[in-house]
Amino acid sequence: MAARNPVPLHSQAFDHLQYIRRTMEGAASFTAVPGVGGILMGVSALTAGGLAHAKGTVEPNRWLAIWILEGVLALAIGLLFAYRKARRIQVELFSRPARKFMLAMAPALGAGAVLTSALVRSGQMAMLPGCWLLLYGAGISAAGAFSVRIVPVMGTCFLVLGSAAMFSPGEWGDAWLAAGFGGLHIVFGILITRKHGG
Amino acid sequence: MAAKSNAMRKSEPVLQPVAPRSATQLDRLIHERLRLGILSALAAEKSLTFSELKALLETTDGNLSVHARKLEDASYITCEKGFEGRVPRSEYRITPAGRKALEKYLDHMEALIRVARESM
Repeated sequence: MAARNPVPLHSQAFDHLQYIRRTMEGAASFTAVPGVGGILMGVSALTAGGLAHAKGTVEPNRWLAIWILEGVLALAIGLLFAYRKARRIQVELFSRPARKFMLAMAPALGAGAVLTSALVRSGQMAMLPGCWLLLYGAGISAAGAFSVRIVPVMGTCFLVLGSAAMFSPGEWGDAWLAAGFGGLHIVFGILITRKHGG
Repeated sequence: MAAKSNAMRKSEPVLQPVAPRSATQLDRLIHERLRLGILSALAAEKSLTFSELKALLETTDGNLSVHARKLEDASYITCEKGFEGRVPRSEYRITPAGRKALEKYLDHMEALIRVARESM
């Protein structure tokens, strides 16, 4: 039977629910990026930079192992702190924005893994720092489109450092990596923590 | 038709957990799209500043302040004014009453969809 209702409320209802969902997701993804996690990622990268620079001149494979381990550690720190922050601010819809962020990052990280393998095999390890910084910057810029403006700005800074690293002497690699994964993470981590919570 | 009350609704809107028959039965305060957006955003975030809300909801300063004020008057949200350096900063938070009103509104929307589905 047709309802007596002059306004087709149910058709608006669906639209309203979608609007609520979109808005909540947008707000949640706004600050889901962990500030404290960023700082710790930076500290671990600075430590790795120190270790890699000391070892790098001796054995390239150990240099590579240190930075790959640092990458895995940084990823774990990032995920752990994003999870902690989501729980603290009680964002039920967190999984969706977080998934969006990670899916946007994934192609760049995947490309990074393939390029790393190819460059190591062809003996062009001096290209790795620039390559990693550029791809991480590309990933953060893409994922940052769903977040506060500060995140894509950080991505752009990584792109700038990566470009500089590509055209500078190979022995500067550790300095570029420490400046990017260490310095930029710490600076932006502090800014995000102050502005959007840890 | 419900009599128009001058009394400000301080805590909770009068809503029932069933599908309303007309728009007048909905919480009119939240039914307005921008106000619904403000409340939804603040339900997902601990607090948001005026400029963050403005960017998120893609609206103008005037529109946002008018609608935020209405929600503040109904005690659905709170606004804390301060300074960040020399720049004025307004920080908005949802109140328990606002969260409850949004939940009831969501229940209404879901009930409306359920009723429409059942009558198909």
